Amino acid sequence: MSARLPVGGRLIDRNFPQRFTFNGRHMLGYSGDTLASALLANDQMLMGRSFKYHRPRGVVGSGAEEPNALLTIGTGPSTEPNQRATQTELFDGLTSRSQNHWPSLEFDIGILNNYAARLLPAGFYYKTFIHPRAAWKHVFEPIIRQSAGLGPAPQQRDGDVYEQAYAFCDVLVVGGGIAGLQAALSAATAGATVILLEQSPHWGGRAPVDGDVIDGNPAIDWINATVTALLAMPNATLRLRTGAVGVYDHGYILAAERLNDHAPSPDQPRQRLWRIRAGRTITAAGAIERGLSFAGNDIPGVMLASALRDYVVNYAVSAGDRTVIVTNNDDAYLTAIALHRAGLSVPAVIDARVDVTGDLPQQAGALGIRILAGRGVAKVKGSRRVTGVEVCLAAGEGTVLETIECDCIAMSGGHSPVVHLYSHCGGKVMWDEAASMFRPDTARPPTGADGAAMVLAAGASNGYLTAAEALPDAAAAGAKAAAEMGHKGQTAKTAKADARNDGAILPIWIMPQAASITARAKMWLDYQSDVKVSDVQLAAREGYESVEHTKRYTTLGMATDQGKLSNINGLAVLSQALHKDIPSVGTTTFRPPYTPVTFGTLAGEARGDIFQPLRRTPMHHLHEGQSAYFEPVGLWRRPYCFPRLGENHGQAVIREVKNTRTNVGLLDASTLGKIIVKGPDAGKFLDMLYTGVMSSLPIGKCRYGLMCNEQGFLSDDGVVARLSEDTFLCHTTSGGADRIHAWMEDWLQCEWWDWRVYTANVTEQYAQIAVVGPKARDVLQALGGMDVSKDALPFMGWSEGTLGGFPVRIYRISFSGELSYEIAVPAGHGAALWAALAQAGEGHGMMPYGTEALHVLRAEKGFIMIGDETDGTVIPQDLNLGWAISKKKPDYLGKRGQMRTYLASDTRWKLAGFETLDGSVVPDGAYIIADGVNANGQRNTQGRVTSTYFSPTLGRGIAMGLIAGGLTRLGDVVEFNTIAGGTVKARVIDPVFYDKEGAKQDV
Amino acid sequence: MSNPAPASALNGAAFTGYANIREIGPLGMITLRAAPDVAGLAAAITAATGCAIPQMRDIETAGDRRAAWMSPDEYLLIMPHADVPAALDAIAKALSGQHHLALDVSDARAVFAIDGMAQSVLAKLSPTDFAALGPKEMRRTRLAQVPAAFWVEGAPATVICFRSVAQYVFDLLSHAAKEGTQI
Repeated sequence: MSARLPVGGRLIDRNFPQRFTFNGRHMLGYSGDTLASALLANDQMLMGRSFKYHRPRGVVGSGAEEPNALLTIGTGPSTEPNQRATQTELFDGLTSRSQNHWPSLEFDIGILNNYAARLLPAGFYYKTFIHPRAAWKHVFEPIIRQSAGLGPAPQQRDGDVYEQAYAFCDVLVVGGGIAGLQAALSAATAGATVILLEQSPHWGGRAPVDGDVIDGNPAIDWINATVTALLAMPNATLRLRTGAVGVYDHGYILAAERLNDHAPSPDQPRQRLWRIRAGRTITAAGAIERGLSFAGNDIPGVMLASALRDYVVNYAVSAGDRTVIVTNNDDAYLTAIALHRAGLSVPAVIDARVDVTGDLPQQAGALGIRILAGRGVAKVKGSRRVTGVEVCLAAGEGTVLETIECDCIAMSGGHSPVVHLYSHCGGKVMWDEAASMFRPDTARPPTGADGAAMVLAAGASNGYLTAAEALPDAAAAGAKAAAEMGHKGQTAKTAKADARNDGAILPIWIMPQAASITARAKMWLDYQSDVKVSDVQLAAREGYESVEHTKRYTTLGMATDQGKLSNINGLAVLSQALHKDIPSVGTTTFRPPYTPVTFGTLAGEARGDIFQPLRRTPMHHLHEGQSAYFEPVGLWRRPYCFPRLGENHGQAVIREVKNTRTNVGLLDASTLGKIIVKGPDAGKFLDMLYTGVMSSLPIGKCRYGLMCNEQGFLSDDGVVARLSEDTFLCHTTSGGADRIHAWMEDWLQCEWWDWRVYTANVTEQYAQIAVVGPKARDVLQALGGMDVSKDALPFMGWSEGTLGGFPVRIYRISFSGELSYEIAVPAGHGAALWAALAQAGEGHGMMPYGTEALHVLRAEKGFIMIGDETDGTVIPQDLNLGWAISKKKPDYLGKRGQMRTYLASDTRWKLAGFETLDGSVVPDGAYIIADGVNANGQRNTQGRVTSTYFSPTLGRGIAMGLIAGGLTRLGDVVEFNTIAGGTVKARVIDPVFYDKEGAKQDV
Repeated sequence: MSNPAPASALNGAAFTGYANIREIGPLGMITLRAAPDVAGLAAAITAATGCAIPQMRDIETAGDRRAAWMSPDEYLLIMPHADVPAALDAIAKALSGQHHLALDVSDARAVFAIDGMAQSVLAKLSPTDFAALGPKEMRRTRLAQVPAAFWVEGAPATVICFRSVAQYVFDLLSHAAKEGTQI
């Protein structure tokens, strides 16, 4: 039985009962409880099932190390699986469910795996699922995926909100135990800006539980005084419920703050991700107790000794009436003493050491607690709950000397400093033989940009496990970190804790040391993924020498707890099996996160409407009002078409194309890039950027140009307008605006820094509206204010003026082959001008059209589109655009590249038009097949489609594509492959399908 | 027809939280590119804004006009929207014959005021070390995923972003300013 004790519990408030449910059962806890302590108080020791064998599992720890008590918290949109009950604060109304069992926690069919354990050895998957190859995809993987993962993924969208925040400090201290508090105090007193983070809701760590005495008083007095002092310092920031999860280069630290996990409120952020830039980071994250490997060490009721006293002292919860302690060190005697003081029975302390001489064992002995020196555990009795323990010689083979009845076992195999954060960025650890632990190697720290250690370990994290050692170490770390950041102000007082005379730890990795194979197959190392001593030994026998390989082969330390309990024990067992010493086997790599972080926290505010920036043109809301169907174009949203009632998108596009060809269309072209290039050398600059000549462009005129990269590949295109003698306006593609502006600045700043040219990206300054179609001039004339006749404003000219009251610049450029005016107006007038044009066009059959009609119109006219006809491997010559390349210019970007043999070759695929013989539309991405097959047995190809549409104007499928031979193939009939199989026959024709002479655009 | 008034991106949208967010503007803005040592630069900036040439990362203020340093050869001049044409004329006059570029970019931007605990709002979105912010600094930075600039001059703080992402930035600021979430 586990139960609430009648008195005590320093963290709970019995005046505030909290109702909660576990697997639907109603339970009661107190404010201040963790879910684990509340479950134990309700005699709920069984909290889950293990992953592989579905063995019943109870809580083992009391903090971040917990491998077993992983529950699904919440329901519906607030469901969150795999939450450690030991770190989940209880709140009224909490709902929790255990995981990985069917049909119920108490009776689980998957336990059958347990009896088949001999058939599921280490590396089972690797050995079994190799042959036949085809079975992997269709049989094995689906089955494995079915049984993979502990908690079920939430079925609904996450209903909570999250946020992120940035912070900066000289010194970040991770861990609010006594070492962290002392380090923060020392650093802040010296004058450094300090942020102190503590993952739990309480300051002081485990010092109050362990009964430490600081400066002559109980530790809590010093803790409270130090927190008060730090809160009063303007240069110190303290955050509870905030766990650092990763340390990254340049002193960058991520920490997750649990804002409302303990008090859910729908509108408030549940968690906040802190992104901290720290000059120095001090990890004062403490140490984690290790278990011991004895047979049956996973039976519910076997717990870490430190956890057991946490439950008694912090929450007044006893895990059982009779607790046997199993240890190889003195620290576990604190648990014996704490239990005894709480009125609980400690039938024996089983101590593997023959010589037990420390202060604490003597205190325990004085209390009348029986100490069995040199003894070990042969076997734990019980199945779903501990019922007793069989005692043997620690150094023997497991002959049972006596059996002790008990319902709880507290084990301690020593402590491992939390070196994770020290190691994330490359800090190395060293094996401390005397203390049997890996501790930070201060000679090989993670270094920052200045070449000095950017992370310092302090206190238990640094291997100084007792308060008396930890406090001076932390004070030194705090002062050192502050001094390195240039703060050498006052020195804080270093607290002094009473020293304790501990006996030496005896490293014990298997208990008893010569245990039988049957016993070793019941010694759990990794509780969560069911890895036993026998599995690691098997891996060693099968030749796995590297700890990293053994980890992956056995899955040791690969579960959600990342082996916080199991890693050291596992690699020690491996080193014994390999007959090597522990440091030569080494540890696996410590990687972020230290504890799992929910995806929502990492995403922060970036979800829903603000998942990513959505760029809107000044007319966006008008398009929405017209039920436009939008498509993403970069981060822009552009109307794809404007469907009318009863129309599908295809029908809308056909209507929009036909109407633009016969009446007049209205296009939002605001996304088009607009870059001003000005200066005495602007013409010379553009002559280098474009393949054609721009310096000769007369003022008032427009010219189409191509831009290539240095390799010669076509990068962007657009119309350039000369605004004045030294000023040009360069239109780019919608997606190219930022890229081309950066490209220009790159050349001006890095290569041609002495050319006198300034550029400015004015894309968003202007709304741009294209009025396109035979009646376009009528519409503009209806608005009035400017002479838009052919004489005043001819094709490829521009003029400035006031149109219908709006200050505009009108370009006579056409991407459709029709009479076309592109009207630029300051963005603040965009919506009003659009509305005015729509009104003026009413009598002329004007309709807005979207990007798909735009594409069809340009394809009918044989105009190329960057991104369709180009893909980074296409040069202008491939697209028959040689006319836009100056032969006279000595140089332009890409010229040298285009002279290379491969690009100059006439065997390159070149642009042609295609019309299907049956009028159908060639599938997007189709290849033109050729005779024979290549070396891989694939069909040979001789070209591919680049643009393919149904042409409403011609009433048939048209396509542009690249084909070997290009326009020399006119008249040939070729075959395109199709997704469905089979081919489509098409004739090679000129790619200008409509108005080849260009008469319609020049009226 | 007379020249109609230009619209700001969000028509003056507002949000009330622990800090209040308000779209302001349209504000007149001129981007001025010129080398810092070009003759007439100080006269041009003073003529347009009444301000001195801003030093690196600074923004100078003269009444409702400002001049901000954007890069080693770029300045942002801020003024009432209607005053832009006159300012452009003044700049052209002062820098006549000198290599420079001055353009009206008023409509390319959206501007927000944050009344109240602006630092808490901005610290959630922008990797800015406020302790290192100069007394007259305009910080060019990002808000979540888009470029932005802001200056904090008592209250309110002023945020500038591109017009096309005005709604995104307004939503970001509102999310960060929600009642009860101040840092």
